[in-house]
Amino acid sequence: MVKIKNKSKVVVNNLSFYYGDTQALFDISMDIPQKQVTALIGPSGCGKSTFIRNINRMNDTIDGTRVEGEILLDGNNIYRKGMNIVELRKNIGMVFQKSNPFPKSIFDNVAYGPRIHGEKNKSRLAETVEKSLKGAALWDEVKDRLDQNAMGLSGGQQQRLCIARALAIEPEVLLMDEPASALDPRSTARIEDLIGLLSQDYTIVIVTHNMQQAARVSDFTAFFYEGELIETGPTDEMFTKPKKQKTEDYITGRFG
Amino acid sequence: MTNSKTETIIFWFMRSVTYSIVLIIAYIIFRIIYLGIPAVNWEFLTAMPRKSGAEGGILPAIVGTLCLMTGTIVVALPLGMAAAIYLSEYARQGKFTQVIRMAIITLAGVPSIVFGLFGLGLFVIFLNFGSSILSGCLTLACMILPIIIASSEEALRAVPLGIRQASLAMGATKWQTIRTNVLPYSFSGMLTGSILGVGRAAGETAPVLLTVAAFYLPKLPKSVFDQVMCLPYHLYILATQHPDADKIRPMQYGTALVLLTLVLGINLIAIIIRSKIRKKYKW
Amino acid sequence: MQNWRKILFKEKAVKYTLAAAASMSILIVLLIFTFLGKEAFGFLYEPGLKELFHTRWMPVSSQRESFGLVPLICGSLLVTTMATIIMIPFGVGASVYIAELAKPRERETLKPFIEILACIPSVVIGFFGLLIIVPMVKKVFGLQSGYNALSGAILLALMAIPTVISISEDAIRSVPKDYKSASLALGASKMQTVWRVIVPAALPGIITAVMLGIGRVIGETMAVMMVTGNSALITGNPTESVRTMTATIAAEMGEVPFGSTHYKALFCVGIVLLIATFILNLIAFKILKKYRMIG
Repeated sequence: MVKIKNKSKVVVNNLSFYYGDTQALFDISMDIPQKQVTALIGPSGCGKSTFIRNINRMNDTIDGTRVEGEILLDGNNIYRKGMNIVELRKNIGMVFQKSNPFPKSIFDNVAYGPRIHGEKNKSRLAETVEKSLKGAALWDEVKDRLDQNAMGLSGGQQQRLCIARALAIEPEVLLMDEPASALDPRSTARIEDLIGLLSQDYTIVIVTHNMQQAARVSDFTAFFYEGELIETGPTDEMFTKPKKQKTEDYITGRFG
Repeated sequence: MTNSKTETIIFWFMRSVTYSIVLIIAYIIFRIIYLGIPAVNWEFLTAMPRKSGAEGGILPAIVGTLCLMTGTIVVALPLGMAAAIYLSEYARQGKFTQVIRMAIITLAGVPSIVFGLFGLGLFVIFLNFGSSILSGCLTLACMILPIIIASSEEALRAVPLGIRQASLAMGATKWQTIRTNVLPYSFSGMLTGSILGVGRAAGETAPVLLTVAAFYLPKLPKSVFDQVMCLPYHLYILATQHPDADKIRPMQYGTALVLLTLVLGINLIAIIIRSKIRKKYKW
Repeated sequence: MQNWRKILFKEKAVKYTLAAAASMSILIVLLIFTFLGKEAFGFLYEPGLKELFHTRWMPVSSQRESFGLVPLICGSLLVTTMATIIMIPFGVGASVYIAELAKPRERETLKPFIEILACIPSVVIGFFGLLIIVPMVKKVFGLQSGYNALSGAILLALMAIPTVISISEDAIRSVPKDYKSASLALGASKMQTVWRVIVPAALPGIITAVMLGIGRVIGETMAVMMVTGNSALITGNPTESVRTMTATIAAEMGEVPFGSTHYKALFCVGIVLLIATFILNLIAFKILKKYRMIG
C-alpha cells in the first residue's frame, strides 16, 4: 500500500488535557497526514480515546475538563476563542466504539446530519442518504427497507450505518474510536475493508487496541502510553523496527 | 425447640402480614365496587345534586375534579419537564444544583394541608384569585411538581449517553440534540410520571378544601375564577357533614366508586403507557 | 462567524430558561415559608409565643380564647406513634417477604397490588375507616365510641405502609448478592441469612423508609379527621378522642375570619407541621445519601 506522501491535515502542538486535577494527556505533538489512515494504539487508559475526542472537541461536553496547547485543522487552531464548534464537527465525523444508531428509521438516521445543518430539499436528502449508505457499503443490504427502524439491524450493520451517518455530513476527517471492538470477526473484516476504501477520500484517525488491526488498516501509527505519545511513524517501520524500547515491548506483547 | 420450627413460624408470620395487607386492599376495593355500583347510574353521573347532595347526581363534582386535573397538568407539566431537562441535561455538580435538589426533596415532603395553607395565603388572598379553580390548580401544581420532575428525570436518563454523543458529534447543538434525539424518546415516559402526579392531585382533599372547593354548588363553572365542587371533598361532606349521613350511604358509595375509578383508571393508563415504552425502546 | 454567535446566544437563552424553570422549586419553597411565616409571625407579635404553650386549644370561647398547641401536638404525636408501631411490623415484614422470600411470580403480583393502596385517595380510606374500622374498634374494645386515636392510627398505618414497603424493598434488593451467597455458603439457612445478613445491611434504607412513612403520617389530614373524634385533649390513651394538627387546620380554616388571631394561630400550626416534616425528610435523605442508596 504505497501512497503519495500528503501534507498534514491536522497538526497537534504541545497538547495537554486535564479531567479536573488529573492530567490525562502530556504535551502531545504530532501530525496527522491527509487522506491516510492513522492508528492510535496503546494499552487501555493510555489516553488514545481522550486524544481522539479532543480533535472534534467532544471533551467539551464533560464537566471540569481543561485543554492546553493547540490543534490545527488546515492551519486553524480549533481551540481558539470564538471557534464555531458546529462547523468544526461538521468537518470531522466520528464513529463510536459502541454503535449508537438513533431509534429512528434508517433513512432518518443518515439524513439526520444534513437536516440539522439546514438541508430541507427531499431529493437532495435522498441523494445524500444513498451516497452515504453506498460509501459505508450498506446500501445493497438496506435499500428496500430505508423506512424501517435502525435498531432492527445487526450489530455490524448498525456500525456501518453509524459510519454512513457520519459520511452524510460530508466531513474531511473521520474519527473512529475502536469501531470494531464490539463486533464479530466477519463484521470486523467488513469494517476494515471499508476503512481502506474510505481512506481514498477521507483523513482517518482510528483508535484500536488490536495491533493486528492497526497493522492491517493504517498507514501511520502512534503509540500512546500513560498519557504520553511515545512514538509515531509509518506503520510498517513501527511494527518491524520500533525506535523505543516501550513500543517494542508493547508490540511484542510484553504488557498491555 | 428446633431452629427450623422457629424459621417456619417467622416465615408464616411475614407471609400472613403481607397477605393481610393484600386482603385489606381487596376488601376496600370490593366493598366500594359492590355497594357503589347500585348507586351509579346515568342520572347519578349527569344530574345536579339536590337536597344538599342527598338526592340527584354528582355532575358538578365530576366536572370540578376534571377541571382541576386539567388545569393542574397544564401548569405543572411544562414547568416540571423543563426543570427535569435542566437537571438531567445541563446542571453541573455545584451549589446551585444542590439547592434545587434540596428544594425538590423539601417540596416532596410538605404535607398536603400545608400546601393548602400556602395556596390560601398566596393565591386566594395575596394575589386575590379568590377561592377558585385557578387557585386550586396552582396549589395542586406546586404539590405534584416533585413527582413530575422525578419521573421526567428518570425518563431522560433512560436515553443512552451514546445517542447524545452521536448527535453532538455530527455538529448538532446541545438544544438541537435534546429536541430531536432525547425528548422524542423520553416524552411518553415523562407523560407517565405526570399522569401519576395528576392521579394524586385528583384524590387530594386537603389543599382543595382551602383553595377552591365549594361545600355545595349545584352548577357548572363558567371561568377559572369560579369555585367548584370536587369529588373527594364531596365524599367527605356526604360522609361526615351531612345531617342524614347514615341514610345516604348509597350516594356516598357511589361517589367513592366514581372517585376510585377515576384515580385507579388514571394510574392504569400510566402503567399501560409505561409498558408500551419498554417494548418500543430497548436500548 | 455572525451565525455562530447567534447559535451560541440561542443555546444560552434555552439553558437559562430551563434553569429558571428548575429554580421554581426553590421559589415555591421560599414562598411556602414566607406565606406561612408571615401569618405566624403576626401571632408571635400578638398575642405572643407564650400563648402557643398553653395547654388548651379553645379558639372560640365566650370567656377567654386560648391557642395552646400542646393538645394538638399531643394528638398528632399519639396518633403518629401508634401508627408507627403498627406500620413497622407490617411494612418491614411485608417488604422482607416480598424482596427475599416470595417467589418471583408472587412478587410480581404482590407489588402492583400494594401500589394500588398508595393510589387510593385518603378520603376514601377515611370513608372506609368511618364505616368499618370505627365500629370495629368500638366493638373489640367495648368502648362508648370508636372515634379515637386508635382508629386514626390504624388508617394512617395503612396509608403509610405502601411507602414503607416500596422504599425498604428497594433497600433490601440492593444488598449485594455476594453477601447472600457468602452467608449461604457458610451453611446459614435462608432465614438466618435474611435476618442476620440482609436486613442489617439494608437497615439504613429500612430506617429511611420508616421515617418517610412517619412523614406521611404526620401530614395526613382527611382520613384522620374523619375518624379521630377531634376533641383537643391531652391524653396518652389510644381509646380517647384526639385532634391532630392537620385536622385542626382543615376543620377550622373554613370558618375563621381572615386576619383574626385564630387565623394566624392556624398558620402557626402549619409552620410546626412544616418544620416537623422538613426535619424528618432531611434526616431520611441524609441517611439515604450516606449509604448511597440513591443516586
